[in-house]
Amino acid sequence: MKMKGAQIVIETLIELGVTDVFGYPGGQVLDIYDALYTNSDRISHHITAHEQGAAHAADGYSRATGKVGVCFATSGPGATNLVTGIATAMLDSVPMVAITGNVAQAMIGRDSFQEIDITGITLPITKHNYFIHDVNKLADKIREAFRIARSGRPGPVLIDIPKDIQTAIGEYEPKPVADPFPLPEPDPVKINRAIELINSKKRVYIHVGGGVIGSKTYGLVTELADKLDAVIGCSLMGLSAIPTDHPRFLGMQGMHGHYASSMASNEADLIIAVGTRFSDRATGNKQKFAKNSDIIHIDLDFAEINKNIQASVGISGNIETTLKAILAGVDKAERPEWIARVAGLRAREAAAVPEMTELNPYLVMDVINKTVDGDTVIATDVGQHQMWAAQYINFKKPRKMISSGGLGTMGFGMGAAIGACVGSGDKTVLITGDGSFGMNLNELCTAVSMDIPLTIVIMDNGVLGMVRQWQTLFYKKHYSSTTLERKTDFVKLAEAFGAKGVMTKTPEEFKAAFEEAYASGGVTVIDCMIDKDEFVLPMLPPGGAIDDMITVKGE
Amino acid sequence: MESKDNSFVIAVYVDNKYGVLTRVTSMFTRRGFNIDSLTVGVTESPEYSRITISMSGDGYAKAQMLNQLRKLFNVKKVEVLEETDAVQRELILVKIKNDPEEHQRVLSALDIFKAQIIDYSVDALCVEVTGAPAKIDAFIEMVRPLGIIELCRTGIVALQKGGKNMLESPDVN
Repeated sequence: MKMKGAQIVIETLIELGVTDVFGYPGGQVLDIYDALYTNSDRISHHITAHEQGAAHAADGYSRATGKVGVCFATSGPGATNLVTGIATAMLDSVPMVAITGNVAQAMIGRDSFQEIDITGITLPITKHNYFIHDVNKLADKIREAFRIARSGRPGPVLIDIPKDIQTAIGEYEPKPVADPFPLPEPDPVKINRAIELINSKKRVYIHVGGGVIGSKTYGLVTELADKLDAVIGCSLMGLSAIPTDHPRFLGMQGMHGHYASSMASNEADLIIAVGTRFSDRATGNKQKFAKNSDIIHIDLDFAEINKNIQASVGISGNIETTLKAILAGVDKAERPEWIARVAGLRAREAAAVPEMTELNPYLVMDVINKTVDGDTVIATDVGQHQMWAAQYINFKKPRKMISSGGLGTMGFGMGAAIGACVGSGDKTVLITGDGSFGMNLNELCTAVSMDIPLTIVIMDNGVLGMVRQWQTLFYKKHYSSTTLERKTDFVKLAEAFGAKGVMTKTPEEFKAAFEEAYASGGVTVIDCMIDKDEFVLPMLPPGGAIDDMITVKGE
Repeated sequence: MESKDNSFVIAVYVDNKYGVLTRVTSMFTRRGFNIDSLTVGVTESPEYSRITISMSGDGYAKAQMLNQLRKLFNVKKVEVLEETDAVQRELILVKIKNDPEEHQRVLSALDIFKAQIIDYSVDALCVEVTGAPAKIDAFIEMVRPLGIIELCRTGIVALQKGGKNMLESPDVN
């Protein structure tokens, strides 16, 4: 049937199962927004305060659901405001489709008002992108974009649609949703080598990355760990794949990883890494990483094998079939010495449990853990609070930790929490810092307008805590531009946006405020005052390895 | 452009579409690859263009280049063309000073390299040479003392020896 390009956009999105879009209107997407208006009973659009918030919301929606997140923006500044959000999704392999308007093709290349080459700008931060030249190919290009975004290793795709294509009449015929491109299957020779290697080892450590969540192989990972009598650690992106209280799970390893997890990965004689790219944050100094062990690297993306870390056996392709084949082939074994050694490491870690007599990060996380249910999404921004959340929040189900890992985007949290809340339909807690919150706090208006169950905990220390920690340790306490001490009153600010605001200075105040906020089902901002010299520990210094781990402040 | 010991040639089939060359070269910048030469042109199929890349690097750089090329959506086929298993050619145009006293030296250089004079003017000779990269390098060194005004080199084009079509063959690297 014949219809306007803008209508084709909306029809195709609905055909692809899209129910929610985050975005911001403008001159060169007026036609698309007109089509949204007439189809508002079939697809929901959520307007954000800023396009960056829309991009992070689409990203958070996707992380919480596994579906493709969608955002809209107009040409020029609308499109460039998406850039940080698209890059954030790219670095964390999040499936997302960004649709931007552009000036009419006849106006392209003339520096027209709000004209920008957004396909050029986003080339290195998208899995693929499109500039649409032909209205009759529009529907197929959108379908292809979705297919690319969610196939294989997921990622963001951008579609730039000039104004004349939105208004042109084109052909649209509904089509069934195409399956993702088939996954490449692992090489059986390499599987056999992996099995032989595993059977010859005494101390096995399974390192879980975000790919385990994407491939839904958490059950296979724990099954493998049981069969091998192995222990499990993870990267930041792997958090929530394995329940925090699983007896074999040691938590995150790496720069701010758990002591036992990082130590065990260093003492293992075999690391089986699944769905991870060995980020420098997870490995520390690559030359010294896993010196004592062989590595079996299993990842969907062939380009990750031997990119950051040389593997003894690198298996690319379908993670699920790979794990099943390995699971079927390995000998069941008991490795009591290894388990005892790890238990020793855990005991040492447990002995160093921080005091919780005053309002500090550990107490905050403890209160959150004791209040929220297993369906609650925990979103974070970036900085010390993110690491405390990564270390101390108890995750019970996959996709409940929403955090910017690869790009480390301060300001990610507000948009992402809103998107995750919309996507999951579950109560959401945003753990943020006063620095990160300050970057995109404008999205408070979005959360309030949408009336979503969102509790925002600002770990407020008046400083940029993570940078300050580095300045303390490595820059002679030169606190260059990290002491904020702003006069912002977060309680009044929350109220001005139409949210509830509470200031807490003691454990009792925080506990009461958090329980009430969480139960309320509305938007509450809790300004949680903590000391500016709290450290995130343990820490591997830059360029350092496990042997250089800092575990005690002042060491 | 000296040929280095660790240099290699990669042939790439890409979709013959708007912007594909930019996607490929943008990836070089993003991943920090430094290439020596790049040529692009039509192929036996109107659907595809062929990019021939010459670069230097160790085994790690080579593997990374192949992997990152293969990840691009518009890239259909990537192969390393080993020198022993492929024919490589470059074309060069050189404008040399037309000095009557040096005519004999110029002509003997052109003869050795089977070069052709394609334009003659009072102050300059424009000559064309085709050959493997090493031959082109040698030709440049031979005529340099005669006074090179300008030169322009195409970069390498290369095909595998034998009867197989690269696009239809399984990946070997």
